[in-house]
Amino acid sequence: MYEIRLHSRGGQGGVTAAKLMALAAFRDGKYATAAPFYGAERRGAPIVSFIRIDDQQIKIYSQIHQPDLVVVLDSSIINLVNVFDGLKPDGKVLINASEIPKAASGYKSYCVDLTGIALKTDLIVAGSPILNTPVIGALAKLGLFSKESARAAIAEMFADERNLKAAMMAYEELVV
Amino acid sequence: MLTISTGNNAVAAAVREAGTGVVAAYPITPQTEIVEQIANFVTKGSMKASYIPVESEHSAMAACIGASITGIRTFTATSSHGLLYMNEMVNWAAAARLPIVMANVNRALGPGWNVWAEHTDSLQARDTGWLQVYVATVQEAYDATLMAFRIAEDRRVYLPVMVNLDGFTLSHITQQLEDVKIGDFIPPLVLDHKIDPAHPGGYGCMTSSVDYVRIRSDIERSMRDSVEVIRETEAEFAKRFGRSYSWTDDYRCEDAEVLILSMGTLGKEAEVAIDILRSEGVKAGSMRVRWIRPFPNLDLGDRELVVIDRNYSFGFGGILAGSIRAKTGKTCYNVIAGLGGQEVTYHDIASFVRNRKIGTEEWFGVKI
Repeated sequence: MYEIRLHSRGGQGGVTAAKLMALAAFRDGKYATAAPFYGAERRGAPIVSFIRIDDQQIKIYSQIHQPDLVVVLDSSIINLVNVFDGLKPDGKVLINASEIPKAASGYKSYCVDLTGIALKTDLIVAGSPILNTPVIGALAKLGLFSKESARAAIAEMFADERNLKAAMMAYEELVV
Repeated sequence: MLTISTGNNAVAAAVREAGTGVVAAYPITPQTEIVEQIANFVTKGSMKASYIPVESEHSAMAACIGASITGIRTFTATSSHGLLYMNEMVNWAAAARLPIVMANVNRALGPGWNVWAEHTDSLQARDTGWLQVYVATVQEAYDATLMAFRIAEDRRVYLPVMVNLDGFTLSHITQQLEDVKIGDFIPPLVLDHKIDPAHPGGYGCMTSSVDYVRIRSDIERSMRDSVEVIRETEAEFAKRFGRSYSWTDDYRCEDAEVLILSMGTLGKEAEVAIDILRSEGVKAGSMRVRWIRPFPNLDLGDRELVVIDRNYSFGFGGILAGSIRAKTGKTCYNVIAGLGGQEVTYHDIASFVRNRKIGTEEWFGVKI
């Protein structure tokens, strides 16, 4: 089983990103679950979602304490929450940033400027850049699911082509 | 089609597929997605139903009663304080013998204010005459909702059915879902005692104890008859759609010497604990109790029992453990765990079995 913990802020689309991840893995022929952890959520507050991918049916509902991959949609959360908590020794970190923050330098970290991509592709809703579809492209590049399944998942949930464009831009920009 | 869905959206999809005619509801966390989705279906025309937004849960059930008694398929959804607020009408719906289906998204009761999973809300309604089933996967939430209509509307039953799913843990998780084309699995509703609005009549007037006792005993007779209807319905569902359900969801029970009994998603997580215990040489099995009303005949043999209750009856104990003791005469190790969404992992569940002290009750995470 591959376990992913996604950190974001309320309103950034973390919950939708988690669903898209599950859908893309599912389109790869895997079993997948996406469970947002709901606290007293409000716009801007740090929130966390748990995604599991496996070849067999997933029976676990509890939180992920030792993730294989940590995804951080807002790098400023690193100063508030220990996003690396429990990360497996060979675990990876994907951060929405133009360069890897100092705090993440001790880990197998990757970064891509998802916010910049959202702005470049005019993927903005109510004044906020949309990160949930670009991050799917970056995760496909990391090998979480195939590029085709990433495209299929996005197309299934969003008609607006800017989403797909931004995801493919993130796929190209992420250096692995 | 095979796709992915949340638990809430799966319930809404089943309500549409069942051909429901009236939905009256009031939103409440973590149920809101269900009625929001149904409202979407109705607005966009993919569901031909009357959607009645009401000002409270009490009114929601009252509207469902009014709709159902005209012989139309009726649904509502609620949770926690919403269920408690509609309780008077919940009792009424059963005694009026109305085959209403309700999804209750299990949530703790306040204060302290808490929106997370716990079963005390629906278990407080266990004596109302409603049938109650508890589910553990998105697929099961969908399947159980479809079956609920057929069971409720069977002439041998004519009682409402409550489908219970864990708040957030199941209502908001995304898992895979295979939907079905229902065909004639749910026959058209024929309500023998329906009221024709064109020729109105009424009942529910002052009733002597002689008739009252007959009416009450008839509810219990139907509750007993529902056992066969549930069995038939689940068998027919398996035949048509390939997914089997029963009174309990059993995992590695055949040669088990110790059994975990639980309800809802903890019962699925328990299966992971069973695999760990088995690898340690402990012959353990999991029995997830699905139906609480009618309460099933459990074949527990001489095995040791670890009962996990995500609920509590103050001054008494865990409600599942108490029910098992009453029905089987067997004693157990009762663990109160998961109240108010308390995190309970498969490691925790495995440790409940390792540290079992039969005949005692323990609260996970606290000492009392």
